[in-house]
Amino acid sequence: MIATIWAWLSDPTNWAGAGGIPAQSLEHLRLSLIALLAAALVAVPIGLYVGHTGRGRVVLVNVVSAFRAIPSLGVLFIAALLLLPHLRGNLAFELPSLIVLAVLGIPPILSGVYAGIEQVDPAARDAARGMGMTGWQRLWQVEVPCALPLICSGLRSSMMQIIATATIAAVVGLGGLGRFLIDGQANRKYDEMAGGAILVALLALVVDIVFSLVQRAVVSPGLASRGRT
Amino acid sequence: MIRLEGVSKEYAAGRPAVDNLTLEAATGEITVLVGPSGCGKTTSLRMINRMIEPTSGRILIDGRDTARVPAATLRRDIGYVIQHAGLFPHRTVLHNVMTVPRLNGWGRARAEARAREVLEMVGLPGDFGRRYPGQLSGGQQQRVGVARALASDPSVILMDEPFSAVDPVAREGLQDDILRLQAELGTTIVLVTHDIDEAIKLGHRVAVLRQGGVLAQFSSPADLLAHPADDFVADFVGRDRGYRALSFQHADVPVHPEEPVRLGQPLGRRSEEWLLAVDDGSRPQGWVVPAEVGEGPVRVEHLHRAGTVAPVDGALRALLDAALSSPSGRGVVVRDGVLAGTVRAQEVLSVIQQAPRPDGASIQGPESASATGQRP
Repeated sequence: MIATIWAWLSDPTNWAGAGGIPAQSLEHLRLSLIALLAAALVAVPIGLYVGHTGRGRVVLVNVVSAFRAIPSLGVLFIAALLLLPHLRGNLAFELPSLIVLAVLGIPPILSGVYAGIEQVDPAARDAARGMGMTGWQRLWQVEVPCALPLICSGLRSSMMQIIATATIAAVVGLGGLGRFLIDGQANRKYDEMAGGAILVALLALVVDIVFSLVQRAVVSPGLASRGRT
Repeated sequence: MIRLEGVSKEYAAGRPAVDNLTLEAATGEITVLVGPSGCGKTTSLRMINRMIEPTSGRILIDGRDTARVPAATLRRDIGYVIQHAGLFPHRTVLHNVMTVPRLNGWGRARAEARAREVLEMVGLPGDFGRRYPGQLSGGQQQRVGVARALASDPSVILMDEPFSAVDPVAREGLQDDILRLQAELGTTIVLVTHDIDEAIKLGHRVAVLRQGGVLAQFSSPADLLAHPADDFVADFVGRDRGYRALSFQHADVPVHPEEPVRLGQPLGRRSEEWLLAVDDGSRPQGWVVPAEVGEGPVRVEHLHRAGTVAPVDGALRALLDAALSSPSGRGVVVRDGVLAGTVRAQEVLSVIQQAPRPDGASIQGPESASATGQRP
C-alpha cells in the first residue's frame, strides 16, 4: 500500500501540467487564502468592536457557536445549488465554495479577536485611558498588540478549517488538492486518494508553520514572558 | 490647586458613592484621601481626571473647570498611577515611559531621553529600559508606573492605591522615593489609600472619608492623630495614635557619649554588661555581651541586633523606639549613619511630657470643609 502511494507521489507525470500536484497545491492555497481574507475582513472588525466596547458580547458568543454547528458539506451543496444558475464561467464553480469556506472560517477568527481584546489586562486598559489615549489609540496601541497572540491563533485555526473544507469543495467542482481525493474515489484509484490526503495534510502543516513564523515576528516578546515574578 | 466643589456621584438614584464633597488639594502638596472600602475615595480621585464623570458639582484645576476640557486632553496633563501599575506588557520599560510624551507629540529622541532621565529618578537606570514589564518584580513595575506618570513633567499626579499590591519592604522604599521626588519636583499629588499609616506618612493633608462618600475630617496628619473629629475618625486612625503622633514631634533629647568597640578587634579589659559594636566607619552594627565574646576579636556572630537606630535629629517616636528596643536600654542615635551617642527612654519620655500638645487650630471638620449645601 505504502509502496503504491509512494509510486503515485513520485510519478513525474503526476507533477506535470495543469492538473499536476504543484498546480493543484497552488490552487488549493490560492482559494484558501482568498477565503481566509474574506473571513478576516468580516470577523476582525466585528471582533475588535465587541472586544473594545463590550457591546454585543452575548450575541457574538451565540453566533459563533451556531456557526460552528453548521454542517459544511450541506451548506456547500445548498450554496452551489442556489448560486449556480445565476453565475457564469469560472465564477460559477468558485464563488459558492468560496462563500462557504469564508463563512466557515469566520468563527475561529471572531472568537480569537474578541477573546484577545477581552483578556487584555484591565489595569493596562485603565492606565491607557487614564494617561489620555483616545479610543482608537487604546485599540491600536494597546489592545490589538496585546491581543495578537490570540488573534494569530484564531487566524491559524481558521486557515486549517478552510484548507480542510476546501478539500471537500472538490465535490462541487472546486479545484485544488481535493480533486485527487474525489477523482481518485470516482476512478477507484486508491493510491491517488491516499496521496491526495497526504498532500492536504502536508499543505496544512507547511501553512501552519509559515503562519507561526509570522506570528513570532509580529507578537511582542514581552507577551511571551508573561510569568510575573 | 485642585478644588472639588460640592461634587457628588450617584450610580443608583439615592445611594451616593460620593456625597457633596468639597475639598482643596493645595499646589505642591500631597493630599491623601483615606477611608474604609466603600467610602468613595477612588471614585473621588477618578473624577478629577474624568475617568468618572460627577453627577453634580464641579472640579477645578488651577481655576479651570475640568468639564470644559476634552477628557483625553485633560488626562495627558495629569500623571496617573494605579494599583497594579498597569504597564503595557507588549512594550519595553523605556517605551512604556515614553507613552505620554509621545501622545503629547514629542519626537522620538526627545521622548526617549526624557524616559531615561525619569527612570533614573525612580532608581531604574540603564539596562532596565530594555526589559519588558513581565520581567520585573511588582515593586519595580510600580517604579516604572511612577516614572511613566512623571515623564511629561505634569504639575498634578493622581495615585490610586499605588503601593497596596507591593510587598512591605518594596512599599517602604517606594513611599520614601515618592516623598523625595515630590519634595524635589514640587508636584501636586492626590493619593488614595486605605492604609492610615501610609496616609499619615505621605500626606501633608489627609482627608478621611466615611461610608457613602462623606468627608469626616480634613487636616494635617498630626492634627488627625491629636484631635480626631469624631468616633469614626478616632476608630479609623487606630489605637496607638498617641504613640504615632510622636512621629511628628521633634525636640532636643540629651545624648550621652558611648564608647564603642570595633568589629574584628578584641575587647581588651572592657567588662560592662553590654557594649556597642561599630564598623571601621563608626557605623553602629549591634550590641555584644563581653562574656560571649571572650578573649578573641568581636565577630559578626556575637552581635545582638534587636535595637533600632534613630537619627540624632529624628522624631521623638524614633528616639523612643531606639531606647525601648535596645537590649542595653541605651538607644543608639546616629548622625549621617555615624554613631553620635545614646539616649535613655526616661529622658525621651520626660521631654515628651514637657512638649506642648499639637493644638487643634487647623482642624477642619465637615462643617467648615463643605459649608455649602449640607444635606439635612
